[in-house]
Amino acid sequence: MTDKRHEYDIAVIGAGVTGCAAARELSRYELSVIVLDRESDVCEGTSKANSAIIHAGFDAEPGTLKARLNVRGNSMMTELSRDLDIPFIRCGAMVACTDEADLPKLDELLERGRKNGVPGLRILSSEEAHTKEPALADDVCGALYAETSGIVCPFGMTLAFAENALANGVEFSLSNEVKSVTRMQDGRFVISAEKGDITAKCVINCAGIYADKIHDMVCEPSFTINARRGEYMLLDRSAGGIVSSTIFQLPTKMGKGILVTPTVHGNLLLGPTAEDIGDREDTATTRGGLDTVRRISALSVKNIPYNQVITSFSGLRATGSTGDFIIREDEKVKGFIDAAGIESPGLTSAPAIAEYIRDIVAGIMPLREKADFIPTRKGITLLAMLPDEERAELIKQNPAYGRIICRCSSVSEGEIADSIGRPLGATTLDGVKRRTGAGMGRCQGGFCSPKVMAMLAEKLGISIAEVKKNG
Amino acid sequence: MAEHISLAVIGGGPAGMAAAIAAYDSGVTDVTVFERDDELGGILNQCIHNGFGLHSFKEELTGPEYAGRYAGQVKKRGIRCETGSMVLSVSPDKRITVVSKEKGLRVIETDAVILAMGCRERPRGALNIPGMRPQGIYTAGTAQKLVNCEGVLPGKEVVILGSGDIGLIMARRMTLEGAHVKLVAELMPYSGGLKRNIVQCLDDYGIPLKLSHTVVDIRGKRRLEGVVIAEVDGTGTPIPGTEEYYECDTLLLSCGLIPENELSISAGITINGATNGPAVDETLATSIPGIFACGNVLHVHDLVDFVSEEAGRAGRNAAKYIADKGARVNEPHIVKLIAGNGVRYTVPGMIDTANTGEDIHLRFRARNVYKGCTIKVSAGDNTIVSKKKRITVPSEMEDIILKPETLGGIDGDITVEIEEGSV
Amino acid sequence: MTRNMICIGCPMGCELTVEVENGRAVSVTGNTCGIGRKYAEAEVSAPTRMVTTTIMSDSGVPVPVKTRTAVPKEKIFDVVSAVKSSVIRLPARIGDTAVENAAGTGIDVIVTKDVG
Repeated sequence: MTDKRHEYDIAVIGAGVTGCAAARELSRYELSVIVLDRESDVCEGTSKANSAIIHAGFDAEPGTLKARLNVRGNSMMTELSRDLDIPFIRCGAMVACTDEADLPKLDELLERGRKNGVPGLRILSSEEAHTKEPALADDVCGALYAETSGIVCPFGMTLAFAENALANGVEFSLSNEVKSVTRMQDGRFVISAEKGDITAKCVINCAGIYADKIHDMVCEPSFTINARRGEYMLLDRSAGGIVSSTIFQLPTKMGKGILVTPTVHGNLLLGPTAEDIGDREDTATTRGGLDTVRRISALSVKNIPYNQVITSFSGLRATGSTGDFIIREDEKVKGFIDAAGIESPGLTSAPAIAEYIRDIVAGIMPLREKADFIPTRKGITLLAMLPDEERAELIKQNPAYGRIICRCSSVSEGEIADSIGRPLGATTLDGVKRRTGAGMGRCQGGFCSPKVMAMLAEKLGISIAEVKKNG
Repeated sequence: MAEHISLAVIGGGPAGMAAAIAAYDSGVTDVTVFERDDELGGILNQCIHNGFGLHSFKEELTGPEYAGRYAGQVKKRGIRCETGSMVLSVSPDKRITVVSKEKGLRVIETDAVILAMGCRERPRGALNIPGMRPQGIYTAGTAQKLVNCEGVLPGKEVVILGSGDIGLIMARRMTLEGAHVKLVAELMPYSGGLKRNIVQCLDDYGIPLKLSHTVVDIRGKRRLEGVVIAEVDGTGTPIPGTEEYYECDTLLLSCGLIPENELSISAGITINGATNGPAVDETLATSIPGIFACGNVLHVHDLVDFVSEEAGRAGRNAAKYIADKGARVNEPHIVKLIAGNGVRYTVPGMIDTANTGEDIHLRFRARNVYKGCTIKVSAGDNTIVSKKKRITVPSEMEDIILKPETLGGIDGDITVEIEEGSV
Repeated sequence: MTRNMICIGCPMGCELTVEVENGRAVSVTGNTCGIGRKYAEAEVSAPTRMVTTTIMSDSGVPVPVKTRTAVPKEKIFDVVSAVKSSVIRLPARIGDTAVENAAGTGIDVIVTKDVG
């Protein structure tokens, strides 16, 4: 390899929330960074299909990385959401207890949370809990309330990191699956990927459910990743207001429970189940899984309008064999950094994981801050969120904002054009959907997808028949 | 000062066009039709098959031809149409917020509003079909739009779930375009579509219809690879052991239509739980005075001719409302219509018997297939009208006319029921 | 020869049994009314269908078309092929002839929507 264009200081494998957050953090410094992913868009794996919660941090075992990075990550979100225009609402969360015998467990959780340094925790009586959330099931006899818990758009968060990283010089190489990683005599790595080879002084493995496979390409096996599937149901916005905060269930011997939460888009999300499966590609939903979501969610919240379900989906948790996040430089293969086993609270922890990785990198190569680092990023302007006056003003400036393409979510041609045209823009129907919400409403793209397909086809210079849903 | 128009018709499909024409002909010339698409016609533009207009025009037209006839009448009268315009909200005091490329965002005050937004298809998520989420799953109407308006064939090997009319029409359409339609599966023990469509769209092409069957699994990571079909029992639950795998790259869903009432709900209009459309009286007036509803936004129709007829009534009544400034001649006397035995719903759901003018078209759907039955409309012991039917089926809307003079003196509720007889 | 068919005259959907001799119905059973008999006789002797499809235009937009009258049922695919091998120039108006004498049926295919 003599071509300088293919030599980097850092190669990040995986464009999920961990990889994109790490890339964005490292883009503060005078480094050449590339992010590789096998998919055609960022956020195509675990990061896109999860509970979309910014956890408070009372759940993790004190002393673990999960506990520490969760609390740190949560505390960073207010500023980050402002700087990077990430849809985020600190809506609070409740852990609902439905059995009086289990009430002492709420105190245990509270104590654990305090040990982890979680602020704003308190125990609510049944009455207080019901006053706060009138839709709680009558059986709820007490709750732990966490005021710092929040909800986020996981795709918006990942994309925000990615776009800001890009603006700060990070390269993204998508649809480029890594086939092998080898270490040369001089300590540099050669990464052979679908589109060719690159070299890097340092590799950061953020490969999600495939992190062990990537690790084992160049290091001795030291952990395994297990795909643990979680099934969810998403309800229409008409059901979104049934609760105002995230409702967890107190873990019992029957399992960890099913959460009921509003989403930043105003929908209601129920899930997840937990099922260890061998197949790392199996994101199918099952009749049994969806039945479980329905049955168990009803234990903590009453009158959930299940006839308002607009879609269901599955996500795969990348559960590591150590029980904790595995974030470290390999003992033998110096310069190879794992960020593996990033399951819940991985989304919350992502910005803190990025800092943690930066500190590891600082031990490998000198980090010099860029003078021209751009700390902020502006997302796609979503007009449905704006007051009429502002909306009217924007349409005057850009008439395309006046043409509604997705009627369910009121997404205009202007917003869709922006989502396709901006750097790291959408190339598929799902890409447009995640960036703008077009097709995410109650008709699930029935009306707008032919129009969005036509816009994608025109912009990408392909025929409508070639436009893909994803990948 | 805010813009003002007398009558706003929301939606320029068959219902909106017929309503606007009727209102205009009844004297309301200050009327605007707001249509979100670039042209009038609504869903008819993609329904290129024939079979429309048998009642209205006594001939068989295709969807675009039927739409063209009404669009011509709209044009002839010079009725204002704003295409590419989406109504974002309707307020209880009948102010509408409209957005378009040309005119930006406007709030318009109105004297009356006719809701004619149509309906949408039930998507996969609402059907809770488990499995993967690959490319190649479309609602039948989306596939119809792709094939007929964009010239794109979404796939080659096709399975269709649901025997609604659009699904049946698309089975034939995809076949004519060169696709292989392997099967139409229907959850219910009877078809959701018209008999004529089963014969001419399935039987003509040897496409099998499996009643009491559904999709229980969807396979394929990026592109659909196949679906598993199973038989269901009387409760719609799949019967273990009856699973069959069908390789296919396309799954079309034709599993029901839902009136699009988000605007109505945002305005605070009362919705009828059985139709998912606004609750209306015999004038098609909703719970908010001056707001009327017609067509598929009111209840899902199977014949466009009925839509046009109904919309005409909404247009005339809106014009009357505007002319009378909302006043009714006599003190209203509201009688409720009850969907009795064998009847899923009725439209209207109430009648002001003190102010009836036109004949009342009472429309309803049967809960099940009933042969050799009698439709009976009664108030207490008093049978207002009864009609013998050889058969009633859920897929075909029933229409029975109530003469205003038969409603005098009725005090309690009116019940509509189907009395089963022997075949 | 015996043929079974479903009458489409009304929602009853009577299951008809038709005895056919020399391409003509000699007896129809299973029908409830006269409509069934007429339907069966036509279906057996000379079944015809309207064909609707789209024709590609020179601008790449499909234009909906139909046969002016019903064509023999066995000619449906031939008619569609004839339409698919043609291109229409825009503008097209309702009633314009898109394909003359489609597939030798003697029946024209005409435009059903104003396009362009």
